[in-house]
Amino acid sequence: MRVTVLVRPKQGILDPQGEAVGDSLRKLGFAVGGARVGRLVELEVDAPNSQEAKAQVERMCQELLANPLIESFEIEVEGT
Amino acid sequence: MSIRPRIAVLVFPGSNDDRDAAWALGALGADAQLVWHAEEALPRDTSAVVLPGGFSYGDYLRCGAIARFAPVLDSVRELAAVGGPVLGICNGFQILCEAGLLPGVLRQNRDLEFVCRDVRLRVERTDTVFTARCEPGQELTIPVKHGEGSWYADEDLYGELEAAGQLVLRYAEDCNGSVGDVAGVCNEERNVFGLMPHPEHAVDPLLGSGDGALLLAALVDAARERTLAAA
Repeated sequence: MRVTVLVRPKQGILDPQGEAVGDSLRKLGFAVGGARVGRLVELEVDAPNSQEAKAQVERMCQELLANPLIESFEIEVEGT
Repeated sequence: MSIRPRIAVLVFPGSNDDRDAAWALGALGADAQLVWHAEEALPRDTSAVVLPGGFSYGDYLRCGAIARFAPVLDSVRELAAVGGPVLGICNGFQILCEAGLLPGVLRQNRDLEFVCRDVRLRVERTDTVFTARCEPGQELTIPVKHGEGSWYADEDLYGELEAAGQLVLRYAEDCNGSVGDVAGVCNEERNVFGLMPHPEHAVDPLLGSGDGALLLAALVDAARERTLAAA
């Protein structure tokens, strides 16, 4: 089962990378108010159903894919 | 004759300050042994561990996030659990945070620049085995070289750590945007310590500063005491 994880810098956490990207876009003439940069992880998960897949990936996020001190995550299971 | 206590310096794929750390510890009276990350056990009679700087596992995912799964880390946890001193320098600090042995996390520097220079530090706490040779409030000059050294803890955690006296070392000048200018923290039991500056690069005044030797020699003292106590 194909699962996509979006890892984002938590709300309120300074994101210097996002700021630099926003600045660069403005320099190119784009009207960008703000930019935040996170990470996308695509996984092939062996699971009998999407619920189980989501539960597994949630554990993966807590244990490795995201650092809960500074990052939040969102899980998308394909076809749900 | 004083004994040379055995201190393990871990080597991960991508470590690059392991030899400097081992050399400095050796010069300060330790029997420093390089230990490959895939080892299941630390050498016999190891009384302290140093996790050196570098870019373990290419800094994949987040700095230090992968190294915490190295087989040798289990032995490090065991040593730490019985009070053995564990020191993380730079990438070693990042690993100890990711492994949950130290509080907080190291993030990209505020100005997105790799900072590589001597910085002035202030010793906030001398009640750790790592800072036992320093005076309270003492200023040290030790180089940093990192892109992801901005230490972060949220307000609640920061308050707890400050109250518990775990914020051991602060930058005495603007460095990387760390919360509270924190440069080094210890665990609750005060036997695990991590810092971004590189004491192993400051052990000889000929090379700019000898202040790093104060921290490393204190670690050697503690390792020697443990070795003698175990004998």
